[in-house]
Amino acid sequence: MRKLLQQLGFVVVGITLPFLLVIYQANAQTQTTPVLAPTGSALSANPAQLPPLPYAYNALEPYIDAQTMQLHHDKHHATYVNNVNDALKDYPDLRTQSMESLLQNLDKLPEKIRTKFRNNGGGHLNHSMYWQIMSPQGGGAPTGQLAQEITKTFGSFDRFKQQFNQAGADRFGSGWVWLVRRGEKLEILSTPNQDTPLMEGIYPIMGNDVWEHAYYLKYQNRRSEYLSNWWNVVNWSEIARRYDQAKAS
Amino acid sequence: MAFTQPPLPFAKDALEPHGMKAETFDYHYGKHHAAYVTNLNNLTKDTELADKSLEDVIRMTFKDPAKMGVFNNAAQVWNHTFFWNCLSPTGGGAPTGELAAKIDAAFGSYEKFKEEFKNAAATQFGSGWAWLVEEAGTLKVVKTPNAENPLAHGQKALLTLDVWEHAYYIDFKNARPAFIDNFLEKLVNWDFVAQNLAA
Ligand SMILES: [Fe+2]
Ligand SMILES: [Fe+2]
Repeated sequence: MRKLLQQLGFVVVGITLPFLLVIYQANAQTQTTPVLAPTGSALSANPAQLPPLPYAYNALEPYIDAQTMQLHHDKHHATYVNNVNDALKDYPDLRTQSMESLLQNLDKLPEKIRTKFRNNGGGHLNHSMYWQIMSPQGGGAPTGQLAQEITKTFGSFDRFKQQFNQAGADRFGSGWVWLVRRGEKLEILSTPNQDTPLMEGIYPIMGNDVWEHAYYLKYQNRRSEYLSNWWNVVNWSEIARRYDQAKAS
Repeated sequence: MAFTQPPLPFAKDALEPHGMKAETFDYHYGKHHAAYVTNLNNLTKDTELADKSLEDVIRMTFKDPAKMGVFNNAAQVWNHTFFWNCLSPTGGGAPTGELAAKIDAAFGSYEKFKEEFKNAAATQFGSGWAWLVEEAGTLKVVKTPNAENPLAHGQKALLTLDVWEHAYYIDFKNARPAFIDNFLEKLVNWDFVAQNLAA
C-alpha cells in the first residue's frame, strides 16, 4: 500500500492529494483502526468492504466470547459483504451510491437484485454499526443530552434497558432491536432478519443483533441473558455521536 | 388437555457418529422445543384453543395478527416433533419404491431433488425450514420462514429440515451448507417420508 501510494504521489495532481493522504493515514494505522470511516460517514458500495474489527476477538469477553466474534465478523459479516458485491456486480451506476442511500431506496433497485441487496446490504450496514457501538471499555450509562432524552422518554435508564431487552426477546426468529428517533421522539423497535430502520428513512441510533449466531455458542437458547449482558460492552460515546447524527438527519 | 412434547424417537446421543451431538439435543429438544410447548400451553390456557388438536390450532391461527404468538409456538411444536422423526441413526442413502418413483417424476432424478432441496434450505434467509411436500398429487420442495409450515398452506408435509441457526450452530457453526449435506447423506429417515406419503 505504501509503495502504491508513493507511486501514485508522483502522478496525482494537487487537488486529489489530500484525499489520498486521508486514505493513506487510515491504512497506515494498525489493524485495530477501521480503514473504512466509522458509521458517521456513508458506507461505500464500490466495492463494499469488510471493516476490520476495531478490537481483538476476545476483547469483549466474558460477555461475548472470542469464537463468536471471529465467526460473526469473519464469516457472517464477510458473507454479507461478498453478496452485496455480487448483487451489484452488473450495476456500476448503483455502486456509486452509498449503502445507506441504496437501502433507503430499495424500490428503485432492479427487481432481480432487490431481495438479495436488502438482505445482504442490510447485513453489511447493521454489522458495520454493531462492531462500532461495542467496546472493551464499554458499559456504564449514557451521558449528556442522550441520557436526558432517554430518561424523559422511558422514565429511567433502567426502564429503557428493560424495554429494549423485551423488544429483543420478543423478536421471533432472526432480527435486530433498535433505538431510533422518529420525528422528535426516541422509540424502541425491532426488525426481522437484516432489515434496517433506514429502509423507512429512520436513522438507527443503536441496535443489537438478536440472530442466534450472535450469542448461541455462549448463551444457547438464553437470548435474554445475552441481551442483559450486552449492556456491559455498549460504547456510549459512539452512540452519542450517532444520536447527534440522528438529530441532524 | 394440555399440549405435550413427545419423547425423542432415538437416544439423544444416537446421532453423535453422524454429525449431530447430544449437546445439540440438550438444547434443541430439551430447551427450544420444550419452551414452545410450555409457551403454547400458557397462551392457550382457558381459551377455546386449549381443546383443539395441534393441527387445528395451527390452521385456525395462521395469519391472524391477534394470534401470532399462538401460531408461532403451535407450529414450532409441530415442526420440531416432525423434524425429529425425519432423523434416524440409520438414515441417509436414497429413497426407494413408490417414493423414489414420485421423486423422479417430480424432479427428474434423486440428484435433481437433492439440488433443489439443498438450495431451498441454504437460501431461506434468517430462520426457517425446508420441506418436501405433496400438493395436488405431486411432490414439491418449499421453504418457509420462522414457524410457518406446509399445514398452514394446505400442503402435506413429507420431510423437513430445520434451518434456524440453533439447529446447526453447535455442530457446524455458520456452515449451513455442510449441515444440509450431512443431513441428506447421513441422517434423513426415508422410511418416515415414505410413511407420510402413504398416509
Ligand atoms: Fe449478526
Ligand atoms: Fe429448531
